[in-house]
Amino acid sequence: MANEFYIYLSILTPLIAFFITPLLSSSPNLRDSLGPIGGIVTFYSSLNIASLYLDGEMLNFTFFQINETLSISFKITGLGVIFGLVASGLWILASIYTIGYMRGNKEKNQTRFFTFYSIAIFAAICIAYSGNLLTLFIFYEVLTFSTYPLVAHKQNDEAKKAGRLYMGILVGTSIVFLLPAIIIVWVLTGSLDFSPNGVLKGNISNEYVPFLLALFAFGIGKAALMPFHRWLPVAMVAPTPVSALLHAVAVVKAGVFSMLVVITHVFGIDFLTETNGAVWLIWVSSITLLLSSCIAITKDDLKARLAYSTISQLSYIVLGGAIATNIAVQGASLHIVMHAVGKITLFFAAGSIYVATHLSKISDLNGIGKSMPLTFIAFFIGSLSIIGVPPMGGSWSKFYLMLGSVEKEYLVVISILCISTLLNVYYLLEIPAKAFFQPQKTNTQVTKHPLIVYPTLFAAMLTIVLFIYIEPLKNITNLLFGNQ
Amino acid sequence: MMSFIIKNLPILIVITPLMFSLIVAVLNNNRLAWALSTFATFLTMIFTILLCFEVSYKSNISYYLGNWPPPLGIEYVIDTISIIPIMIVSVIGLIATLFAHNFFTLEIDEKLVSKTYSLWLLTIAGLIGLITTADAFNLFVFLEISSLSAVALVALGSKVDRKALVAGYNYLILGAVGATFYVIGVGLLYGVTGTLNMGDLAQKIPALGLNKSVIVAFAFMMLGIMVKAAVFPLHIWLPNAYAYAPSPVSVLLAATATKVSIYILVRISYTIFGSSYEIYSFESLRYILLYLAILAMFAGTIMAIFEKDVKKLLAHSSIAQIGYIILGISLATSSGIASSFIHLINHALIKAGLFMSVVAMGYYTLKRIDVNTIAGIGRRLPITFFAFVICALSLAGLPLTVGFISKLYLIKAAYMSEGIWLPFLILVSSALSLIYIWKLIEGLWYNQKNSKPEKIKELPEIYIPLLFITFLNIYFGIDAGLIIDNSFIASDALISGIK
Repeated sequence: MANEFYIYLSILTPLIAFFITPLLSSSPNLRDSLGPIGGIVTFYSSLNIASLYLDGEMLNFTFFQINETLSISFKITGLGVIFGLVASGLWILASIYTIGYMRGNKEKNQTRFFTFYSIAIFAAICIAYSGNLLTLFIFYEVLTFSTYPLVAHKQNDEAKKAGRLYMGILVGTSIVFLLPAIIIVWVLTGSLDFSPNGVLKGNISNEYVPFLLALFAFGIGKAALMPFHRWLPVAMVAPTPVSALLHAVAVVKAGVFSMLVVITHVFGIDFLTETNGAVWLIWVSSITLLLSSCIAITKDDLKARLAYSTISQLSYIVLGGAIATNIAVQGASLHIVMHAVGKITLFFAAGSIYVATHLSKISDLNGIGKSMPLTFIAFFIGSLSIIGVPPMGGSWSKFYLMLGSVEKEYLVVISILCISTLLNVYYLLEIPAKAFFQPQKTNTQVTKHPLIVYPTLFAAMLTIVLFIYIEPLKNITNLLFGNQ
Repeated sequence: MMSFIIKNLPILIVITPLMFSLIVAVLNNNRLAWALSTFATFLTMIFTILLCFEVSYKSNISYYLGNWPPPLGIEYVIDTISIIPIMIVSVIGLIATLFAHNFFTLEIDEKLVSKTYSLWLLTIAGLIGLITTADAFNLFVFLEISSLSAVALVALGSKVDRKALVAGYNYLILGAVGATFYVIGVGLLYGVTGTLNMGDLAQKIPALGLNKSVIVAFAFMMLGIMVKAAVFPLHIWLPNAYAYAPSPVSVLLAATATKVSIYILVRISYTIFGSSYEIYSFESLRYILLYLAILAMFAGTIMAIFEKDVKKLLAHSSIAQIGYIILGISLATSSGIASSFIHLINHALIKAGLFMSVVAMGYYTLKRIDVNTIAGIGRRLPITFFAFVICALSLAGLPLTVGFISKLYLIKAAYMSEGIWLPFLILVSSALSLIYIWKLIEGLWYNQKNSKPEKIKELPEIYIPLLFITFLNIYFGIDAGLIIDNSFIASDALISGIK
């Protein structure tokens, strides 16, 4: 019983922060300290959950039994452990960064911002530890709705429009595609529970598998598969901490996490391999991967470029799931971590640049590297990790994805991965290169806030640390299918 | 005393509001009239709860009015099916009465307020009577009681907007047409069977075989009730009636009136004609209902998207929601009808909450509640706005609200009997409904540039009913077992009645 305590703790901490934050609106220091404290507590319990998982403990509990087949329940899976660690660990960094950003930028309505920030984390943690499709769906929607006030934070016409598109795509796809997919699974198998080897085998005729998978793949709009990717770039009107934690970590990772859970725990990779049900998904994700990299090159707005880069990186993860071998899925789940850390570094850096200079166009960044070297070094390291250069963490996940496609002999996929890496090099490294080597165009005033610079550097360092200490993460991914 | 009450519960739930409506009519003190009405509806709810316990271990209570046995006398039947709409009417009746006072004193001439309460109780009595009676003609009487008093209530909105008179008139004419159709059907049935008792009719109809008067009677009765239930395209009286009625009347009618008519629709097709189910082949009628329901889903939603008047918008959305309920019935399976019952309950909760919060936000503007006139009000009334958002999300069927449970079961039932195309249509229409819901939420939250600083503050008097119904919207969205189980018990009882 005591072991389940950690699940409660990690779920309840952000929820408590959500309820307390509005009460503390009169004392900003106390209110803002809730974020880092909550992050540390949640991360601590996630670490404990991870070590319990590695010891082979089965943790699950039912929060609420609606009737015989429906329940809101939580269960620890390998993927969930990874996503939980990422979301809670980066919450610590992001919450410190957020304080610096919001104060440095003198944003309005800070209490509302922090309130919804915590509830979004709560939803992400609940998604990570959800034990069945119903629970997953519930908190998937909670996450969408709790991030709306953050996206539309500025409350001007642009934010309003962006919020509308954001809600429209995410809620629309989830209602029209994801919900019927879940109900079909419910009708076919009589239950919504996850099982390590899938539940559909023997319950569905083979020719319907690709269609059901399509309902899931396009229903999970948060995974940003084309053509349902538009919400991610428009969501960039939000303050940068939102883009950093939510649109590089919590929200999009919730999407690809759900994708991987569906592929492994509902379909089962053996079943998908048998029926060739996921072959089409390899192509869709490969196309998304290439196209969004190409679009990223054309973007001059720094955050928009990062957004398209995110879309492309998410497709790596979906691709790993679609290849549906043990190694590819391991690579995909490692990529959840690696991309999260790398991309949050980049977004932190982008936010630092904005707070310090109020510049958001890449073409304006010429020569600015000399006045804020630490930020751009961090940006450089983060870029390398995204590209997949050792000794950054990102190299591991790309390596495994490549291995997976070699194993299945998808030679086209390998070449697509290589092309995309080259594109990554081009559109990411252009930014620090311009900042350091081009002559400065205009004299811009640079103001720094220490709470912004240090989390950025720390995140950059983390990408290197993750290259060296990959062992525990690999142990978790080895246990994904429970047979090694 | 107690055993006397228990024995006479089926009539007490009808007679209590009826008697109090007579008392209230002669009062001069408006506050006292309100207090007495609240007391009457409270008493009715207590009786209903007692009745629930009775039904839970007897499952079928038959009550002879004046101790006259059925074929001649009037019989009241309370069973696992009818207890559901009774519960809806009595709970919503109490909540709406609690809510009503501020609005009636504001929107209606002072001299008429106590009369309004009298009509109000009469409507509730009529609605409950409609559900309990097992006599086809007695049902007509209650149909007239409830709709005539409802028409008068709608017309009372004329102090705020004189269009209420036209709306009431339309409601009167179409309601009368519906009731007449119904009574023609009853007359034909009486002619061939010589009985008015529903159970008796059910036994005698199969023996008649393929009798033309029975077919015609069936058509007349169904059509009449479909007008009352505002099944598309017989819905035209509804939007204006809801929009121009005094605020509390909109709440009461939107949450209960059409629900009761839908219940009668189910009762006619399953209890009276159910035993000859094979002969009259519900199969073809079923498809008519199914297509009408799909049309209603889309037509209601699209009309709501283009509507500016908030109350009318909610009325159009009601038409779409009635479509969902009819859809479940038209599937003619146990899970389909159960999903209809689930949505019957849940939609009552949703619409009551929505109408309450919307009219509360329009309290200070007193004019037509337009999307533009309420811009930015949500910010100044955060608690009412919160209730509105919860109920609106519930209407859209978002998880953790009752609307989600309805949708989950409706889609499951639709998928099981019709395949994937039907759930897809349902979901597209419900995704479309997000457009108007979002229009309202945005409109309430974002400030209009030229909004004049009016004196607007919260109305604490309505917190209890409003927050209670919001709470129910969430509570039954999580602890949904009670509603789901009872709906399945009811639908199984209906289906087994056929065989």
